Amino acid sequence: MIWIDTIIQGVLLGGLYALFAAGLSLVFGIMRLVNLAHGDLIVMGAYLILLLVTMTGLSPFIAAAIAIPFMFALGFGLQKFMLNRVLGDDILPPLLVTFGLSVVLQNALLEGFSADSQRLPTGALSTASVEVGGINLGVLPLLTFGSAVLVIVALNQIFYRTELGRAFRATSDDATTASLMGIKPANIFAMATGIALIIVTIAALYLGMRANFDPNIGPARLIYAFEAVIIGGLGSLWGTLLGGIIIGVAQTVGAAINPEWQILAGHIAFLVVLLIHPRGLFPRAVD
Amino acid sequence: MALLATQNLTAHYGDFQALFGVDMMLEDGETVAIIGANGAGKTTLMRSIAGVLINGQESVTLDGAPIGDATADAIMAQGVAMVPEGRKLFPSLSVEENLLIGSYGRKTDGHWNLATIYDLFPILKERRNNPGTALSGGQQQMVAIGRALMSNPRILLCDELSLGLAPVVIRDIYQAVPKIKEAGASIIVVEQDIGQAMKVADRVYCMMEGRITLSGKPDSLSREAIHDAYFGAAA
Amino acid sequence: MMTDHTIPYAVHTGTPVSRIVGIAALILILFLVALPAFASRSLIQDMFFILTMLVLAQFWNLLAGYGGLVSIGQQAFVGIGAYAMFGVVILAGLDPVPAILLGGVVAVLLAIPTAFFAFRLQGAYFAIGTWVIAEVVRLLTSQWKAVGGGTGTSLPRDATRDLWMTETIETVFGVRNAAARDILAYWLAVILAVATIGGIYWLLRTKRGLALAAVRDNIEAAKSVGVDAVRMKWTVFLVAAFGTGLTGALIYLQKARISPDAAFSVTDWTAFVLFIVVIGGIGTIEGPIIGVIVFFVLQTLLADYGTWYLMLLGVIGIIIMLFAPKGLWGLISARTGIELFPVRRRLTGGALSNSKPNQEET
Repeated sequence: MIWIDTIIQGVLLGGLYALFAAGLSLVFGIMRLVNLAHGDLIVMGAYLILLLVTMTGLSPFIAAAIAIPFMFALGFGLQKFMLNRVLGDDILPPLLVTFGLSVVLQNALLEGFSADSQRLPTGALSTASVEVGGINLGVLPLLTFGSAVLVIVALNQIFYRTELGRAFRATSDDATTASLMGIKPANIFAMATGIALIIVTIAALYLGMRANFDPNIGPARLIYAFEAVIIGGLGSLWGTLLGGIIIGVAQTVGAAINPEWQILAGHIAFLVVLLIHPRGLFPRAVD
Repeated sequence: MALLATQNLTAHYGDFQALFGVDMMLEDGETVAIIGANGAGKTTLMRSIAGVLINGQESVTLDGAPIGDATADAIMAQGVAMVPEGRKLFPSLSVEENLLIGSYGRKTDGHWNLATIYDLFPILKERRNNPGTALSGGQQQMVAIGRALMSNPRILLCDELSLGLAPVVIRDIYQAVPKIKEAGASIIVVEQDIGQAMKVADRVYCMMEGRITLSGKPDSLSREAIHDAYFGAAA
Repeated sequence: MMTDHTIPYAVHTGTPVSRIVGIAALILILFLVALPAFASRSLIQDMFFILTMLVLAQFWNLLAGYGGLVSIGQQAFVGIGAYAMFGVVILAGLDPVPAILLGGVVAVLLAIPTAFFAFRLQGAYFAIGTWVIAEVVRLLTSQWKAVGGGTGTSLPRDATRDLWMTETIETVFGVRNAAARDILAYWLAVILAVATIGGIYWLLRTKRGLALAAVRDNIEAAKSVGVDAVRMKWTVFLVAAFGTGLTGALIYLQKARISPDAAFSVTDWTAFVLFIVVIGGIGTIEGPIIGVIVFFVLQTLLADYGTWYLMLLGVIGIIIMLFAPKGLWGLISARTGIELFPVRRRLTGGALSNSKPNQEET
C-alpha cells in the first residue's frame, strides 16, 4: 500500500513540475527560445508574492492574482525589448543572454532578500488532506495538480480556439508570411512570454506554499521543467504534464528507497526516456 | 492619381542589387501583369510593395501617401493583400483557419467572407478541416488566394500563381481572377507564364535584371517586342 | 581544349603581423618560465589562475565557438578529472603529477556516454542536457565515500610533500614546500596553456579545422562536400573533455582540497568560462586571451563585493551579447583588421595568375 501512496504523491508532484514546464514549453513552441532564467523567474515570482503577502496581509492566492498582471508586463517587456533582439538562427546569443539574466536575477534576489529560506504562509492548507478510496491525499498537492491541468486546458483552448492562438501558430510556422496577414511577430512573441510568466506566477504560488525557497533554487527548477518538456516531446502540452508526472514519480519512488537518491532518480528517469525516445513521447510531427 | 505607384524603387539583398529604379503604377480597378524570367526582380518588387522589404519612404505610394518604409502588417491593414510566391500556407493551421487568419490585421466588410470564398472555390469547403498543407498544389493556391481575399483588400498582389501547377489547374485558378476583379479589387499579377497573364491584364510590364524593359496594353505589344524585353535583345 | 598539367599553387595563412606575434610569443613564454625566479608567491598563484582559466576557456571556445556545441556542463569534466586524480592518489598512492594525466583520460571516458546522450538533443536543449549530466555526475560523486562523499577531502600530506620535482624547486629557489608546489603547478599550467593554444591553432590550420568551421556554419552543406559531421562532433567533444579534465586535475592539485560542490560548480567552471569567452570574443583564439585578462582584473577589483560582482558580470555579458556579439576582440579586429592567429587561407599561384590575359571580353 505504501507504494501506491508513494506513486500518487509522485503524480501530484508531477503537477507542480508540469506548471514549471508549461511556460517553457509554450515559449519554445512558438519561438524556439529556451530561457535559461526560467527557473529564476519562478523564484522571483515567489518572492514577489511573498512581498505582497507581507505588505498587505492577504492570502497567497490573492497575492498571486495581484502579482499576475505585473509578471505579465515583465514578460512582455523582457521579450519585446531584450529577447526579441537575440531571436534568430544562432542559438548562442539567446542562451548566453538568458544565462546572464539568470546570474543577475539570482544575485539580485540574494541582495534584496538574503539567502535565508522563506515560505509563503499557508496555514491549515499545508496539512489539510482528504481521504479518497482509503488513501490520504494532501489538499495542496491536489490543488497544484488541478491547477496544472486547468492551465494546460486553458492553453490548449487559447491555441486552438481563439484568433490569438491562430496567430501564435501561424507566427511559429512562418513569421514573415504571418506579417503579411497583419500579425506583428514582435508583439506575438512578447505576448507569448507574457503568458508564460502568468503560468510562472501560478507555479511560484504553489512552489512557495509547498516548501521553503531561497534565491538559489532556480536552476534546479529549470532542470526539472526542461526534463518534463523533453520527456513529453517538444510542442505537446499534455506531453509536458506526462513528463512532469514521470519525473515526479521517479523522484518519490527514489526517495522512498533512499532519501539521498531523490533528485538523482529523477535525472536517471530522464536519461532513460532520452535513450529510448530521443524525441520524447509525443513529438510534434512538424518541427 | 494612381492607386499604387512605385517611384525609382531600388532594392538590395546585402551587396546584391535586385531592383534598379523601377517606376510602375496601378490605377483603381485595373489588372496589371508583370512578366519576366526567373530572377528578373518581379518577386522583389512585390515584396517591396507589400512591406516585406523595407525601402526608402517615397519609393512606394498608396493613394499618393508614402508607404515605402512601412512594415508588412501596416501596409496590409491599409488594404494591400499578397498571395505569396510558393503559396506559403501555415502547416499548423487547417484550411479554414488559414482562410480566417487572412483577416487578422484588417476586418473590413465587403464581398469576401468564408461563405463567398467557399462559393468561389467549392473544393475548399469539403477540405475545410484538413491541415493547410495536406492539399494538392492547385488547391493550396486556392487557399492562398482565399486567405488574401478575406481582408477585402483594395489591392491584391498575386505572385506567380501558376508556379509548379499543371496547365489545367492553372486555367482553373485564373478563372477566379475576373470574379475577383468584378468584386472590386485592383490586381497585380506576377507571372513567368506570359499567356495567362496577358489574358487577364489591362496593362503589362515586362522586367529583366531588375529593370522595367517594356510596358503597354497587351494587344499593342508585338511578340518580338515582348520576346526581346523578356529575354534580352541579342547584340 | 584544356591542357592537362597541374599549375603550381600554395595556401598560406601567415601574415606579417602574425610572424611578429610569433616571435613575441616565444619571448613571452621564456619570460613566463623564468617568472618564479623573481616573482612573489601570490603573483605565481594569480598567474596559475589566469593560465588555467585560459585553458578552460580555449577548450570551451573550441567546443562552442568552432564546433558549434554549446555545452553548459563542462564542469562535469573539471570535477571528474580532479576526482580521478584524487582517487588514484588516495587509493593507489600514485604521485599526483602523473595522476593528472589520468584525470584527462577519465574525463574522456565520461565524455563517451555523455556525448551519446547529449547528441540526441539539439541547440539549447543540448546545452541543458549537458548540465543535467553534470548534475548526475556531481550527485553520484557525492556518494563516493572513499574521497569524502558530500563534504570532500584533502590530498594526503605525504603525497603533497614529495611531489615530483618539489625538492629540486625548494633548493633552487629557496622556498618552502607549499610555495614549491605552487611553482610546479604554475609551470605545468604554462606548458598546458602553450600546448593548448598551439594545438588549437595547429588544428584550425589543418584540413580538419576547415571542416570544423564548415560544420559549424552549415552542417548540411558540409556533409554535402564529404565532411563526416558526426565524427567531427565526437572528436571535438572528446578532445575538449580531455583538456578540461586535465585542467581540472591540475587545478585541484594546486588547491589540494576538493569537494563535489566546488569541483562541479556551474559558476566557477561554466559561468566564468562563458563570460571569459563571450567578453573576449567567441570563435577566435585571441578572444579568450583578452577575456581572461578582463575577467582577472574585474575579479581582483570586485570579488569582495560578492553578489554585486556577479550581477555586474551578468549585465556585462548580456550587454556584450546584445550589442557586440563578437566580443572585445571582435571589435578590435573589425576596426584594425589585425589577426594574431590568422586562420583564413590565401591562395597564391594557381590558374588565374598563370594564364594569359583574355583578349576579348564577352
